[in-house]
Amino acid sequence: MPKVKIPRKSTTIDMTAMCDVAFLLLSFFILATKQKPPEVLAVTPPNSISAKVAPEKAILITLTKEGKVFLMLGDETKKAAILNDINTTKGLNLSEAELNKWKKAPFIGVPLGQIKSLLAMTAEIPANKLPGIPCDSSKNEMVDWMKSINNVYAKAGTDQRVLQEMLLIKGDNASLYPAFKNIKQAFKKNEIFKFRIVTNSESVPVGSELYLNPPKAN
Amino acid sequence: MAEMDTSSGGGHKKGPGVKKAKKLSTRVDLTPMVDLGFLLITFFVFTTTMSQSTAMNMNEPKDDSTQILKVKNSGAMTILLGKGDQVYYYFGQLEADKLSQQFKSTTFKQIRDIIVTKKKATKIDDLMYIIKSDKKSTFKNAIDILDEMSICNVPPGHYAEVDMTATEELLIQKTEEANGIK
Repeated sequence: MPKVKIPRKSTTIDMTAMCDVAFLLLSFFILATKQKPPEVLAVTPPNSISAKVAPEKAILITLTKEGKVFLMLGDETKKAAILNDINTTKGLNLSEAELNKWKKAPFIGVPLGQIKSLLAMTAEIPANKLPGIPCDSSKNEMVDWMKSINNVYAKAGTDQRVLQEMLLIKGDNASLYPAFKNIKQAFKKNEIFKFRIVTNSESVPVGSELYLNPPKAN
Repeated sequence: MAEMDTSSGGGHKKGPGVKKAKKLSTRVDLTPMVDLGFLLITFFVFTTTMSQSTAMNMNEPKDDSTQILKVKNSGAMTILLGKGDQVYYYFGQLEADKLSQQFKSTTFKQIRDIIVTKKKATKIDDLMYIIKSDKKSTFKNAIDILDEMSICNVPPGHYAEVDMTATEELLIQKTEEANGIK
């Protein structure tokens, strides 16, 4: 009996569809990922078990490893008002043009006295060369900044609680405690007792008290 | 694999005996392209940081010298943060003649057990953790210990950050010297 020949079928498949899917996914991921907001300086924040997501629009105070303090005013609508306020209250004598230029700066990292000369400069200074906002027990300019921020938000009728939600401190793991304490001091002097700290999230350790008795969701 | 047809140089003569130019398929093997696509996808998925930064709430007490918080000696535990991620602690109040027995040093790994043991041994109303940070301790230490409090389910109001006294500073310095911590 002759053998029944099974016709050999080609194993090649049409890859077009798969290729389409791959690139569709690729373009989706590229477009869907949010661009990180520009970071002042490389700072590695500590871990915490807190699960609250940090707000986007925030007044971010960055504390670097060297103990330098930088301020970022994330709320564009209030930025101009805050800069205006500190200009008048601290007598910086900035012209309209200088203020406009200052508004475009992504962050503030110089003492108040040096702002005028910094704005006059054309070349950009890298963030790690800036001296930072002086914030120690002898000269704490963060107090002035917080006062202006407080003023502007109070004038705009923002609830204190909303402001508290926006105040973020992002510190580097290795920065020393006194620098952090001075920032807290600046808050306290302006009657701000609540704020937030930016951390990397971490899961609750297995077997710990909180793990065994998680708080009821409110 | 896809290949270009380079042999069709002769032009098209029509007529008998002239072979018809073979029609080459326009299909291209897309496998390498698919490979590339998925490679890029995996690359982007892995490189984008999934973890969004979170925010931890902080509540500071009002600096009010008229309101002094009274803490029972039996329920108090003082945690001191030193340099080099070292943690020191003592229960109650420091007594001059029993310093070496009271003042103990530990690490962040072990402090959780000590906190929990103290919490279980004390009536919740009396319980108070006093946290003091040394000048040489880091921001990470300060946040870690607060985090430790929430991990141990210590209710808010039962721990507070307080400035360090000169005696404690000296004690830490001595212990650090004895333990060789730089």
